[in-house]
Amino acid sequence: MIQQFIHLEWKSFIRSAAFKQNLAIKILMGFGALYFIAIFGFLGAGSYFIIEEFIEEGKIDAGNPFQVINQFLIYWIFADIAYRYMLQKMPVANIKPLLYLPFKKGKIVNYALGKTVVSFFNFLPAFFFIPFSVVLIIEGYSITGVISWHLAMLLITLATNFLNVFMNNIDKVFYPVVAVMAALALSQFYGIFDITLYTGPVFMFFYENAWAFIIPLLLLIGAAYYAYHYFEKQLYLDEGLKAAAQEASTEDLSFLDRFGKLSTYLKNDIKLIKRNKRAKMTFFMGFFFVLYGLFFMQDVYADINGMKVFAGLFCTGGFLFSFGGLVPSWDSSYYKLMMAQNIPYREFLLSKWWLMVAATVISTLLCSFYIYFGWDWWFGILAGAVYNIGFNSSVVLWGGAFVKTPIDLMTTKKAFGDSKAFNAKTLLLLLPKLVLPVVIYYAFALTINETAGFIAIAATGVLGLLFRNKIFDLIEDIYKNEKYDTIAAYAQKD
Amino acid sequence: MITINKLSKQYNGTSVLDIEHLEIPKGQAIGLVGNNGAGKTTLFSLLLDLIQPSTGHIVSSDVRIDQSEDWKPFTSAFIDESFLIGYLTPEEYFYFIGELRGQNKAAIDALIASYSDFFNGEAVGQKKYLRDLSKGNQKKVGIIAALIGNPRVVILDEPFANLDPSTQIRLKKIIKELANDPEVTVLVSSHDLIHVTEVAQRVVLLEKGKVVKDIEKSSATFKELEDYFIGISESHAPVAAILEEE
Repeated sequence: MIQQFIHLEWKSFIRSAAFKQNLAIKILMGFGALYFIAIFGFLGAGSYFIIEEFIEEGKIDAGNPFQVINQFLIYWIFADIAYRYMLQKMPVANIKPLLYLPFKKGKIVNYALGKTVVSFFNFLPAFFFIPFSVVLIIEGYSITGVISWHLAMLLITLATNFLNVFMNNIDKVFYPVVAVMAALALSQFYGIFDITLYTGPVFMFFYENAWAFIIPLLLLIGAAYYAYHYFEKQLYLDEGLKAAAQEASTEDLSFLDRFGKLSTYLKNDIKLIKRNKRAKMTFFMGFFFVLYGLFFMQDVYADINGMKVFAGLFCTGGFLFSFGGLVPSWDSSYYKLMMAQNIPYREFLLSKWWLMVAATVISTLLCSFYIYFGWDWWFGILAGAVYNIGFNSSVVLWGGAFVKTPIDLMTTKKAFGDSKAFNAKTLLLLLPKLVLPVVIYYAFALTINETAGFIAIAATGVLGLLFRNKIFDLIEDIYKNEKYDTIAAYAQKD
Repeated sequence: MITINKLSKQYNGTSVLDIEHLEIPKGQAIGLVGNNGAGKTTLFSLLLDLIQPSTGHIVSSDVRIDQSEDWKPFTSAFIDESFLIGYLTPEEYFYFIGELRGQNKAAIDALIASYSDFFNGEAVGQKKYLRDLSKGNQKKVGIIAALIGNPRVVILDEPFANLDPSTQIRLKKIIKELANDPEVTVLVSSHDLIHVTEVAQRVVLLEKGKVVKDIEKSSATFKELEDYFIGISESHAPVAAILEEE
């Protein structure tokens, strides 16, 4: 019986659409996975020494690195829970066909829960904890203590896995918890209240008492037991296996009617973003990019103005890149309808264009806090915003025309990048989107001065705006040429 | 109205549709029958320019479908659920299609009201998105949406499938009304020979992509079609029996 389950799993794996990609992408994905593993491994092995150095320099006030790690583990665990909640979904999809077959329910539940255990989410932490524990032992920490602590960490990771099973779809619990965590982190940052003073010793306890890993073990057993029974109760078509239906809410968008014919599409696009998980997620993710510039605040980049241009493009263009790059795939599930109706491509595209422009303007306003870091940051951001609005908005749509990946609006699974959305053409189009403005900047900044560089980028953006209709002509042609291929591609299901 | 000339469609060398010539005069209601793989949906997809013909072409009201888009304003269709926008409520979907077809909100409201017996208190007026409706109710919405804006060509692919008996009866009435309108050309496919012979004025039978029968409907049509399909199933029966023995 187990053999058949494994057989099923293997087939669903090798026959999944994601696997049928060309070799280059597969290799790229493999490298991506290795990269993450390497990063975690490096962090695990290196963090001890990095923190040690910080302590010696007096940047962190603590006795030893182990203590520091223990203090911050509470945030690690909550981050683990948070991203599991958002990304790890219960594998209910394959269960329906098993229900009426002669399996005992317990077997099906074990199979489904077993599947969650072999998830990437459970292995990734191991790549951090194993090297870190090895370093601890080398550094002379008690072996039994480290092993107990190590086991405790892995057991807690597994326990969060089961916690996620019954936490699924309880937004009411999840968002307050996130809010509390954020508040705690902030109050710690500003020295108001430090929760880690209380949680640090808890993790230390696992090290100090060699038997203490039994506590998380019991926790894990409890969580697994509860998850099993919770899941078993959900094994009905009208319970857990039912696709949750939202109550429809209609909103009055008639104020958009002033946009004339365009309003038809605009209203639809707004509903698209509001009512579909995947689109909603992309929308919010887009605004997270506003913070992207903070990565460039390190001293290393202080004098590299090209980075400011780069940051300006990303901070203001988050939504533009993530949403625009997937037009027309957002409409993939009803693309046949769109093609059979009397829809001029230009109006269809213009609606998306206006959305991107509006989002870019809002992002730019949100970015105004960068003035705090210096006016040249603000100039970089303004220049990037104008370039995004004028030029990138059209180029992104151009690149999207080559993307033929159907989007399942109801899942957030692939919200962090669809590997199939990368092909040679879209990668080539990255050049005008991101590299060209930096080149323009340096062409003018090095020959005249920095201000001229920023102005030149903005001027290119304005120029792009003037040529927008020309670019749209081009995109329209692509849409017409690729129409049949696109319809066929969208008809394929994962 | 619609002229099909030397139309064929091949996938990897296998022919799925091959129609030498087919003329559909204005105002006629055509019923398309045929077993799975006969080419019904392929023909409809070609009529909507959703796929490209391998050879030949279709002309609808002097518009060559694969070359111009001018057929779109007077043609409407419901093929499958990919014609529905899942995240809209049925009403919003009707308004959306209405706006594309130059109908204002009041006209759409009137249309929804006039088909209230067809919806039978379901589908519309509930706080549900299209994606959360049952297959049957989704179909009702799709069919009615295809009637928005007084189209002159209406294409419905298996409209009776998934509908409950009462709705099937109401749908037959709706299609008959369309069929009686001399301005409206209707193309309906179905696996139900009774429904087809009831609503259509002419029945075209496809088999493996070819037109095998093209008959003006009479009282004998149903029997003729039934005999044909019985013949096919019997012709395969011995083969199946032999295969089993081996």
